[in-house]
Amino acid sequence: MRNRFRLTVQLLFTIVTNGYMYGFLNGKIYRGGLKYACVPGLSCYSCPGAVASCPIGALQALLNQRGFQVPFAALGFFFVFGSMLGRFVCGWLCPFGLVQDLLHKIPLFKKEKRLPGHRILKYGKYVTLALLVCVGSMFLFGGFAKVPAFCKYLCPSGTLLGAFPLLGTNEALRNQAGGLFLWKLGVLLGIVLLSVKVFRPFCQYLCPLGAIYGWFNHFSLVQIHWEQERCVSCGACERACPVGLSLHEISRSPECIRCGKCADACPQKCLHFTGRTGYKSTESQSS
Amino acid sequence: MSFWKNRNARAWIWGVLAGITFLVIGAVQGQFSVIWQKAVMICLECIGIG
Repeated sequence: MRNRFRLTVQLLFTIVTNGYMYGFLNGKIYRGGLKYACVPGLSCYSCPGAVASCPIGALQALLNQRGFQVPFAALGFFFVFGSMLGRFVCGWLCPFGLVQDLLHKIPLFKKEKRLPGHRILKYGKYVTLALLVCVGSMFLFGGFAKVPAFCKYLCPSGTLLGAFPLLGTNEALRNQAGGLFLWKLGVLLGIVLLSVKVFRPFCQYLCPLGAIYGWFNHFSLVQIHWEQERCVSCGACERACPVGLSLHEISRSPECIRCGKCADACPQKCLHFTGRTGYKSTESQSS
Repeated sequence: MSFWKNRNARAWIWGVLAGITFLVIGAVQGQFSVIWQKAVMICLECIGIG
């Protein structure tokens, strides 16, 4: 039930934040005032339908400026969204997360929660954040200009939501596509194929936005609260968790995307979404 | 003990306040214009051309 509700929220949010139909029809992008703001999820601002900016793109745009300036505006969006929602953004509001969720529903291959070597590979997203988003954007140059390295070399959302609609409708752009486009196409295809077998491989191993929001999972407003006194330790939540977390890791772990499948699976209904205020009062009562 | 738990429970408020402060500083420094200028042009790097 909640899973269907989550899918509805994901679809609605994707449509609302990428709903500029004129852009899709004419191969142009929205140029209005809403693009001063960022959406919470990974959503390419070069998508013809995008009505707001990508937070990782915004961070890189600020780091790409001449000299160095602390990217306060991007940090501001991260802190506001992260402090309120944590990785709930990944589970419920990210368009590329929705794409991976849908791919994982395709009845092909034996489904896996994680890749082999997960314990090491999960740090890949922090490496992406540090090397491609931060260091790469500050020190990598193409000609005389700094390069948004993550967008240029890795971001599959840009290829899927930006390149395909734009190249499909704009012949001039199509004629310029070369080796870099083929590289990005290869990255996208790899992630698409992997998503059919493994649950959200990009989110688990490569997404810099997930790395940022994961840090906020410890103290964000939205949490999944566990009522320990009602728990019978049946393990249903751990079996249902799509990223293979243990009961004690659910909600607080940087890997938890707050999809709510654990709460749905619990026969005792001792896991449920809550704000921190509710969490505090329950914990105070139990202590 | 509950003091620390309660303090932790309110941490998200400090996070939101810090975020709003960052947004204001970013606005004063004109960073939103930088984001807007990047976002309203087709990002050639994003689509694998630039």
